[in-house]
Amino acid sequence: VPIIEAVYFAAALLFILGLRKMSSPVTARGGIVWAGIGMVIATLVTFLTPHMSNFILMILAIAIGSTLAWVTAKKVAMTDMPQMIALYNGMGGGAAAAIAGVELSKFSQGTLDSNLTVQTLAVAGALIGSIAFSGSLIAFAKLQGWMKRTVRYPHQQLINLILFAGLVLLGIINLIVPNPYLVIIFFVLAVIFGILMTLPIGGADMPVVISLFNALTGLAVGFEGFVIGNAAMIIAGTVVGASGTLLTQLMAKAMNRPISNVLFKSFGETASAG
Amino acid sequence: MIEGFTALYIFMLAAFTGYEVISRVPVILHTPLMSGSNFVHGIVLVGAMIALGHAEGTTEQIVGFIGVILAAGNAVGGYVVTERMLEMFKSSKGGAK
Repeated sequence: VPIIEAVYFAAALLFILGLRKMSSPVTARGGIVWAGIGMVIATLVTFLTPHMSNFILMILAIAIGSTLAWVTAKKVAMTDMPQMIALYNGMGGGAAAAIAGVELSKFSQGTLDSNLTVQTLAVAGALIGSIAFSGSLIAFAKLQGWMKRTVRYPHQQLINLILFAGLVLLGIINLIVPNPYLVIIFFVLAVIFGILMTLPIGGADMPVVISLFNALTGLAVGFEGFVIGNAAMIIAGTVVGASGTLLTQLMAKAMNRPISNVLFKSFGETASAG
Repeated sequence: MIEGFTALYIFMLAAFTGYEVISRVPVILHTPLMSGSNFVHGIVLVGAMIALGHAEGTTEQIVGFIGVILAAGNAVGGYVVTERMLEMFKSSKGGAK
């Protein structure tokens, strides 16, 4: 439907211009308003998508999610903003993973014809989105003070590496022989990996890590945009993925630490500092 | 449906756009910009709505339903938090709107 496509195009344009404005102090406040308008029109026009059902569930879910987020975001103190960004970012990652979950379920049951490109991107988005989801929640818990200890154990990085390799392998197996149970195991392991990856990182490094998860969520959203066939999602997600990666580097540089140091060297860093 | 190579071109151009669009951001705007881009990927709401709209069977409906709740939280929470942070720039800039 041309009107729907035109609105998605306008939304993508508003997002890019909004981000552009947000990168300068004088125009920053207008930037978020522009992006907000893009979001509202994109959401409204989505209700007109042909061949859709479950509208009551949809409206109910939007009402629940919006209300919870609105209340918490309005209430939180200014100093607690970083963990709220982590929380909402984690929700976005979880949403991208949920989209992948629905689509992979269709592929594994044969209700969608297999398409290797779409399935590969769905699996990749599922992996990245799940990691951003659980990782962001750990980052939130740490900054909120719910999780004071930094968990470290021997061979941590090696265990994470093996787990990640296993996830990639599982993802590839699921491409060859799609199976609903395999999909569930894949999601559970991906969520566990996100937790394990974030546990050893100290609270002071969290803003950089949240920025990284923000970029990852963007990437996952871009991938799932391709799976769903929505160009606005591909553009907005990829733009955030790229700008988020750059922003992560800039933030790490402002702290005088390379990003690899933040992610993998937390053990040695603490030992030399303490 | 978007064809393979068209999607690849979109990915490439969007990635360059994302990189260029924030290349000159001052340090004070790092956190608000992170929050703003967190809001922008709230567009995942559109995808979650479409996924739920096409969900068949209880399992898919539950997963899709959770997806829409999470996505709506991302979009609304991301907006409010960014708005509140950027609100502070009004006073410091002496009402430069």
